[in-house]
Amino acid sequence: MTDETPVLRLEGIVKTFPGVRALDGVSLSILPGEVHALMGENGAGKSTLMKVLGGIHQPDEGQIIVEEKPVVMSGPLDAKAKGIVFIHQELSLADELSVAENIYLGELPRKRFGLVDWAELEAKTKAILEKLKVSFNAKTRVGDLSIANQQMVEIARALTVDAKAVIFDEPTASLTDAEKVVLFEVISDLQEQGVGIAYISHRMEEIFKITDRISVLRDGQYQGTVNTAETDEEGVTQMMIGRKLDLSRNESHHELGDVALEVRGLSCGDLFQDVSFEVRRGEVVGFYGLVGAGRTEIAETLFGLRDPTAGTILMDGEEVRIHSPYDAIERGISLVPEDRKGQGLVLGMNCRDNMTLPQVDDLKAGPFVAEGAEIAIFDQYRDKLDIRTPGWKQLVGNLSGGNQQKIVIGKWLSMHPNVLIVDEPTRGIDVGSKAEIHNLLRELAAQGYAVIVISSEMPEVLHVADRIVAMYSGRIMRTFTSEEVTEENLIAAISGLETEKVA
Amino acid sequence: MAEFTKQDIGKLLAKQGILIAFAVFIVGFTIANPKFLTIDNFENVVRSSAILGVMALGVTFVVISGNLDLSVGSMMSFSTIVVLDLHDKLGPTLAIPAMFAMTLCLGAFIGILVGYLKLNSLIVTLGMLSAIHGLTLTYSGGKNIDIADKEGTWFAIFGQGNVMGIQTPILIFIALAALLGIILAKTPFGRKVYAVGGNGTAATFSGIRRARVVFLCYIMSAFCVATAGLIQASRSMGSQNTVGQGLELEVLAAVILGGASLLGGSGTIFKTVIGVLILGFIQNGLLLVGLDFSVQYVVTWVIIILAVWLDIAAKRGKLMSPIA
Repeated sequence: MTDETPVLRLEGIVKTFPGVRALDGVSLSILPGEVHALMGENGAGKSTLMKVLGGIHQPDEGQIIVEEKPVVMSGPLDAKAKGIVFIHQELSLADELSVAENIYLGELPRKRFGLVDWAELEAKTKAILEKLKVSFNAKTRVGDLSIANQQMVEIARALTVDAKAVIFDEPTASLTDAEKVVLFEVISDLQEQGVGIAYISHRMEEIFKITDRISVLRDGQYQGTVNTAETDEEGVTQMMIGRKLDLSRNESHHELGDVALEVRGLSCGDLFQDVSFEVRRGEVVGFYGLVGAGRTEIAETLFGLRDPTAGTILMDGEEVRIHSPYDAIERGISLVPEDRKGQGLVLGMNCRDNMTLPQVDDLKAGPFVAEGAEIAIFDQYRDKLDIRTPGWKQLVGNLSGGNQQKIVIGKWLSMHPNVLIVDEPTRGIDVGSKAEIHNLLRELAAQGYAVIVISSEMPEVLHVADRIVAMYSGRIMRTFTSEEVTEENLIAAISGLETEKVA
Repeated sequence: MAEFTKQDIGKLLAKQGILIAFAVFIVGFTIANPKFLTIDNFENVVRSSAILGVMALGVTFVVISGNLDLSVGSMMSFSTIVVLDLHDKLGPTLAIPAMFAMTLCLGAFIGILVGYLKLNSLIVTLGMLSAIHGLTLTYSGGKNIDIADKEGTWFAIFGQGNVMGIQTPILIFIALAALLGIILAKTPFGRKVYAVGGNGTAATFSGIRRARVVFLCYIMSAFCVATAGLIQASRSMGSQNTVGQGLELEVLAAVILGGASLLGGSGTIFKTVIGVLILGFIQNGLLLVGLDFSVQYVVTWVIIILAVWLDIAAKRGKLMSPIA
């Protein structure tokens, strides 16, 4: 490469959490004036790396080097003071304050008696906004701006310091195409000013449009850096997925039973439209797509958490109406939700009580909860799922992520559902437990359960699913059998590239 | 052995602070007035805490489900006035169930607003505090209500009777505590109360009908308030419209002192009973050392603040923190 001094360099960063080696010797450097993509599957360690950079986590080993000086980041403000600025996917702005106030929040210029120097504030803000060529002014209320413009405010905030490197985390997740163009212009302006840009995104087309180099992480390990011009989508995908092992399709082809669940033309407002599919007993159907493609919302609708605006749901050929999770459970639908801690578990409750919660009304001895029956259920699923806990009295909040997830899965298996929906079953779970959960899902199908797996990880859907439903922006683009699917056609489908060909 | 750091002491204080403070109080009061630590005084404390205690049992359900009930004081005034008034009009046999029915209706109303309409319980019950007070005044025309023939009725048994030497208010408190303690700890409903307060979203995702659980907690609370009103009416055989005024805070103080978290999901009936007794002993002790009754208002407030602070401190593991 060039002989320029990197604005930001990482050397051998290691970060471990109990049971997980989240970052395993990651090194990379960002040069002034380049756009450097950071890619990897969910769980590859990108967000942990960002947290280490921002001083939210301290690395166990390795160094952060800003302009050839080793530094210790004590927090996001410290990082900003050192010229490393983050633009997060989720905006952190005060809606009720003006653009200027948001940009200088916490460091408003002062006059005598501690009063805000409004004239100075407006002048400084104006200078920054001019640099960004935006259409709004300093006094606009932030809540009145579009999401894209709010993001501009975040970027403006970054520019109040002499930024050396700006890190964008999925900046286009909620932008329209026109808004993206504006964002890319700003990025290229920053580039011209010699700022180093780190750009995290899953979207291949953006990566190839605006970045100079691509670095890839996989399972916390640095896979290498390539020049964007010298590679293609396939090459990057190969680096991201890597493990041939996980691409192995499921081989246990067992007999499929009757259709357990059929969905016809289901829509829910803007979230998803005209979704039709069926799941047979003994079959695992994978739902794959980008975050926001509408997969979770479909699961939530099937589970009675949302009311569909159109379409029908049939179970065993009979039309059903599901208005609440209570109804769904009565019909034999179970959902292992996406957000384990927020939706799946009562963290302050013990393992047994969490596991038997949905059926506590049925486990009765006289008017009381039959604790013996509860313990029997817990013991059965602890053994079956190999849940490692000192005993049922252990609070669920004290278990590791993998064991917590198994408690949630056990909770729903013990209900003997007709249809089991699992949403991101291995998010935030270490590699070993991942494989166990994958095998478990296959086994469940073999036992005759109808299983729906929603996942953002390609190896996962390839590994566990008999059929894969690819979604893009609220619609089903294509349904693949495990024979037809390839990484390329799957990526094309979830990126919306195959719209005309198959829809 | 690691050295005791400031943080360790903070943690110990946070975990056991209430008991430590209570022990200091007891020692101090006993030195100041040896009468404090006697069986007679103990019975005295329990009897005078019984009304508050009965109300605290119901509020425990509400607090564990993650909500508040600030309406119990004025609701208790309402129950007392209604049962006294109806006593002379319908006779005690009909007056008591009629009063329970009316009080449960108030509880159901709050339960609908907080449970089904998902309105903030603080706002709803604070509003109900004054709305029910207004209702009581309208009902009574603002006048005190007295039972005309105080000697010729069996109505006095709830407040003034005794069984084998134990006074009925104490018995009612113990019996109700045992019953509700079992409901909370042993039945599916109790389990659901903990789940709803611990993580309402996860409870919903487990098919628990959260609104119904919250609704039933307010019904429980209203039932306890009606019982407390019955004891109060029977004890005094006549009452002002403001008999329960201010009790809502003492009740809440007792529940929180017992260790139920204001955030919901934790607490037990047994702990609440302990909280009630602690509050009762402190108030009794203050009287015995000769402090004026009015000082109790200040002390009760100090205790609430202390309890809430320690509750939060226990959650975050230290006494002070820049973030909540």
